[in-house]
Amino acid sequence: MIPALAFYFFATILVCSATLVIFARNPVHAVLFLILGFFNAACLFVLLGAEFLAFIVAIVYVGAVAVLFLFVVMMLEISFDTAREKARRYLPVGLAVGGVLLAELIFLFAGWHTAPGAVVSAANVTEETGALTNTEMLGRILYTEYVYPFQLAGLILLVAMIGAIVLSLRTRSGVRKQSVADQVARKREDVVEIVKVTPGTGV
Amino acid sequence: MVSDSFLMDYLPILVFLVVAGGMAVLMIAASLIVGLRRPDKDKLAAYECGFDAFSDARSKFDVRFYLVAILFIIFDLEIAFLFPWAVTLGDIGLFGFWSMMVFLGVLTVGFIYEWKKGALEWE
Repeated sequence: MIPALAFYFFATILVCSATLVIFARNPVHAVLFLILGFFNAACLFVLLGAEFLAFIVAIVYVGAVAVLFLFVVMMLEISFDTAREKARRYLPVGLAVGGVLLAELIFLFAGWHTAPGAVVSAANVTEETGALTNTEMLGRILYTEYVYPFQLAGLILLVAMIGAIVLSLRTRSGVRKQSVADQVARKREDVVEIVKVTPGTGV
Repeated sequence: MVSDSFLMDYLPILVFLVVAGGMAVLMIAASLIVGLRRPDKDKLAAYECGFDAFSDARSKFDVRFYLVAILFIIFDLEIAFLFPWAVTLGDIGLFGFWSMMVFLGVLTVGFIYEWKKGALEWE
């Protein structure tokens, strides 16, 4: 009873906030609704029993990706009138892409077959591994059975890191930096000279 | 499909969420209903010696913030992969240990690259 109520509650907020992401006039508000959507998706994962995934969504998406989106939204100097004008220009392309995605979804759900016995075995999994937590279940297979996808994830992260650096690293010329090592290595004898000055002669 | 005892663990959090949300709604609603409102054009004007805004508050950020944020996400994900590994290290044996070491090695290559490139420096 309560899980079903909680599901409809979170799912409703998720759908509403996802709609508002699209229709919010202010991009910053759109990002805030996106954060609300991520958070409710995490709640839905908890209801499914995938608690590790739920907390990863909360940490990575809410904590990091949303911050990145906020940066991007604030970095773009958007004037709302020209943005709307441009949106109207790109509307056919957007509709085409959206139509293709919608068609894919329709085909997917029209041809949906549950493998015989899949529901039963899914129920059995939670029965058999009742003593194991969700994180343990993941850890037991992720690093051994699924080692290649795991290493692939590492390589993708490496590519993302290098790509971000290559695309956005700008070294500004003419900036005088502090060199701590040079400062520490500087000796008194090298830079200070004591001169005896006799009166009337100067240095 | 999920056992009830699992969801019972999260019931306090649900209660907390409901109480927090209810409190927020209550405060806003109370201030809307009870609060005294006398709208006035002068109340919205720039105060005394202040002046109207010259331009939008949105201005260009240094792209460096973006770079730092993306590098943060990448290492955040690396940490996320470490959690299940640390929990099950006793069960997955030497192979699991070394598979994580290779993963960390790949990301360390990227870390050395960004260090040498100076992406972590702030001029």
